Amino acid sequence: MIPELGHLALVLAIATSILLVILPLVGASRGNHQLMATARPLAAAQFWLLAVSFGCLVLAFLQNDFSVQLVAEHSNTRLPWYYQITATWGNHEGSLLLWVLTLAGWTWAVALFSQSLPRELVARVLGVMGIISLCFLLFTQMTSNPFVRILPVFPYEGQDLNPLLQDVGMILHPPMLYMGYVGFAVAFAFVVAALIGGKLDSAWARWSRPWTTSAWCFLTLGIALGSWWAYYELGWGGWWFWDPVENASFMPWLLGTALMHSLAATEKRSVFKAWTILLAIATFSLSILGTFLVRSGVLTSVHSFATDPTRGLFLLVIMALLTGSALLLLFLRASSIRSDGRFDPVSRESGLLVNNVLLAAACGVVFVGTLFPLLVDVLDLGKLSVGPPYFNALFAPLTLALMAALGVGPLLRWKTDELYRLRVPLIISAVISITLGFGLTYFLLTPFYWLVALSLTLVFWVICTQIEDIRGRIRNKHHRWQALLNLPRHYQGMVLGHLGLAVTVTGIAMVSFYDIAEDVRLAEDRSTVVAGHEFRMVELYDYQGPNFSATRAVVEVYRDGRQVTVMRPEKRFYWARQMPMTQVALSPGLTRDLYVALGEPLDDGSWAVRVQYKPFIRWIWLGSIIMSIGGFIAISDPRYRLARRRRTATVTGEQHVAKT
Amino acid sequence: MSPKRKRSLLLGLPLLGFLVVLVVLGSGLGRDPSLLPSVLIDRPLPEFQAQRLDDPEQWLSPADLHGDIALLNIWATWCPTCYQEHTFLNTLRERDIAIYGVNYKDDREAALNWLSQLGDPYRFNIDDPEGQLGIELGVYGAPETFLLDAQGTIRYRHVGALDETVWEREFLPRIRQLEPQS
Repeated sequence: MIPELGHLALVLAIATSILLVILPLVGASRGNHQLMATARPLAAAQFWLLAVSFGCLVLAFLQNDFSVQLVAEHSNTRLPWYYQITATWGNHEGSLLLWVLTLAGWTWAVALFSQSLPRELVARVLGVMGIISLCFLLFTQMTSNPFVRILPVFPYEGQDLNPLLQDVGMILHPPMLYMGYVGFAVAFAFVVAALIGGKLDSAWARWSRPWTTSAWCFLTLGIALGSWWAYYELGWGGWWFWDPVENASFMPWLLGTALMHSLAATEKRSVFKAWTILLAIATFSLSILGTFLVRSGVLTSVHSFATDPTRGLFLLVIMALLTGSALLLLFLRASSIRSDGRFDPVSRESGLLVNNVLLAAACGVVFVGTLFPLLVDVLDLGKLSVGPPYFNALFAPLTLALMAALGVGPLLRWKTDELYRLRVPLIISAVISITLGFGLTYFLLTPFYWLVALSLTLVFWVICTQIEDIRGRIRNKHHRWQALLNLPRHYQGMVLGHLGLAVTVTGIAMVSFYDIAEDVRLAEDRSTVVAGHEFRMVELYDYQGPNFSATRAVVEVYRDGRQVTVMRPEKRFYWARQMPMTQVALSPGLTRDLYVALGEPLDDGSWAVRVQYKPFIRWIWLGSIIMSIGGFIAISDPRYRLARRRRTATVTGEQHVAKT
Repeated sequence: MSPKRKRSLLLGLPLLGFLVVLVVLGSGLGRDPSLLPSVLIDRPLPEFQAQRLDDPEQWLSPADLHGDIALLNIWATWCPTCYQEHTFLNTLRERDIAIYGVNYKDDREAALNWLSQLGDPYRFNIDDPEGQLGIELGVYGAPETFLLDAQGTIRYRHVGALDETVWEREFLPRIRQLEPQS
C-alpha cells in the first residue's frame, strides 16, 4: 500500500509541475496577476508531494518490503537501519527521486524567499524551474520508476546494499552533491527568466548571487565528502582519481566558481553580462551532463549505476531541450544584452576576468579529458582513456596561475586602479612568501621539489596579500579586533573562501609529493618501518558483523620507541553480495595520516599489507570546509536581505528611465 | 559587418558548440564500453575441465553439455536469490527443460545438501569451487543463466533470477527460434 501511495504522490507531483509550467508562464506573458500568483502554492505543493513520495520509498526500505524491486535489489534484513535509509539513494531510481526532491526543495525555497522580487520575474523563475522539474519527473516515471513491484512471488530476502556504500560518507555525499548540482538550476532559471522577460539589467545578477553561492557551498562539501570517502573506503589511499564521474561533479564546480565571481562583476559594474549568462547556462548544463555521464553508460567508471541507453537518450533529449532553448534565447536576445560598464586594464574587473578565463580553461581541460575517450570511440579510432598525467600536467599550472592572480585581484579597486598604489603590500607579501615558501621547503622537506616550493610560495602569497588587505581596511580604526569583526559579511566570506583554497592547495602539494606507500608482508609479531613509524602487527583474528564476516588485524604503531596509536584494519566479506571489502585503518592527524589496509592473505598465514604515510592530506578537505563556510557567511550578508528597500529604488529608477 | 550583428553571431557560437557536443554524446549512446554479455553471445562455451558435483571422479568438459537446447544456471547456496529462483527451476524441470548447473564458489557438502532438500532440477552440476569457470563466463554474481543451443553455443545470457516473466519474455521466443521447424 505504501509504495502505491508513494507512486501516487509522484504522479500528482508530475501533474503539479505541469500546472507550474503553464499557469505562471502564461500569467507572466499576459500580465495576469492571478495566474502568476499560482506559482508559489504550486511550488510548495510539488515539494510536499515529492517529500511524501520519497518518504514512502524510505519507509519501504525500513519495512524490508522486498515486493518492491528496488528494495529487494538494494537492501537486506540484516542491514542496519541507518543503511537501510541510505540504501534509498544508493541506486539509480532512488537517487533520481532524491534529485527531483532536491530540485523541488530549491524551487520551494525560491518561492519562499522571493517576496521582494517583481511578480513577473518570480512567476517566470518558478515556471522555468517547473520545466526542469517536469523533464526529470517524466524521466523518473517513464524510465526509472522506483516503486515497481515484484508480484506475486517476491524474494524472502534482499540482495543487500553494495558494501562500498555502507558508510557514513555515503550517507551525506549524494544529498550534498545534489544540493549543489541541482542548486545551479536556480541561477539557470533566473537567467532564462530574465532572457524571456527581455529585461537584462544587472538586477537578476544580484538576485541570483546568494542562490549560486549556496549551491556552490553544497557542491564544494559534496565533492570533498566524495573525495574523503574514496580515500578511506576504496582502500587505495587515493583521494582524487580523475574518474569521469568525479569530473562530472568537478566541472560544474569550476564553472560555478567562475559564475560566482562574474556575477559579482555583473551586479556591481554591469560588465560581462553575456558571459555571465552563458556561464549560468553552462554550469547547470554541466550538471545535467554529469547526470547523463553517470547514468547512460557511455563512459566506464567506478560509480556503477545500472546503465541503460534509453535513459541516456532521454537525458540527452532533456539536455538538448533545456540547454538548447536557453542558448537559442541568448542568441535571439543578443542585441539587447549591453554591458555598459567600462574598466581599465588594471581594475577589479580585469582581476575577475583573469579568474574567469583561468577557471573556464580549467573546466575545458577537464571537459576534453573526460569526453575525449568517448569522441575517439565515436570516430572509431579505438578505445583509449586519458589518464591522470594529462589532467595533472595541465591542471597544476592553471591552479598556480589562479593562485598568483588571487593575490592581486581582491586588492584592486573597481573600474580603475594602479599597481603603484599597491606596491608596498605587494612587495612585502612577495618577499615574505618567497622566503617562507622556498625556506620551508628547503629546510624542512626532503627531497626539495621546485613545484612544492612554488606552490607553498603561492599559498603564502595568497595568505599575505589577504592579510595586507584586511590590515588596510582596519588600519585607521580604534578597536582593531572589533573592526575585524565588523567587516562586511560578504568580505569576510570572500577572505575565508580564498584562505580555504590556500589550505586545500597546501594539502594537495604536500600529499602529491611526499606521500609514502609501501606494500609489505606482515604476520603476528612482525613489524615494518615506514616514514619513521614502526608498524607492529600484534594480533590477527576473525569475527562476525551484522551482515558480514571479517578478519581484523591489530597493529601497534611506535615512533622513537613510544607508542603512537593502535590501528585495526579489516578485511570484510559481505555475505549477501559475496563481496570482499577492505576496511582501512586510519590514524588521522593535522600534519599526517597513517593508513593501513589489509590486502590478501598469503600462504604462510601472513598478510600482504599496504602501509601509507600521507602528509597534510586532511588539509585538502579542511580547506574545502573553510571555503564553504566562507560561502555561507557571504550569503548571510544583510545586503541580500535589504532587497526589498532596493527594489523600491529600482522601481523609481525605471520610471526615471521611462521618462527620458 | 556591424558590431551589433557581429555580436549576435558571436553569441550563436555557444549554440553551435553545444550542438556538436550533443551529436558526439548521442552517437556515444548504446556503445557500452564495459559490455560483457556480447562477447560470449554466439560463441561456443569456453573450454573447461571440471569435476561433477555429485561425483568427483567424473570430469566434465563442454562436450557433455551438447545435444539439447539447455540452460546453464550459475548458483550457490550462499545466494539468497538462488534460493528464491530454485522453485522456478524445479517447475522448469517438470516442463522437461534441460538445465545444467554450475555450483559457483561453493561448498560441495552444502550444495548436495541443498539439492536433496529443495529438489534437484539439474541434469548434473559442474563443481566450480574457485570460480574459474565463472571467470571464463564473465559472471557478475549468482544467479545467472545462459541459454545454450544443441551444439553448446551460448545464445543468450540473463543476469539475476529467472522467473515466469523473464522466461516468457526472454527465453521462450529464443528457444522457439532455435528449435528445428516441425
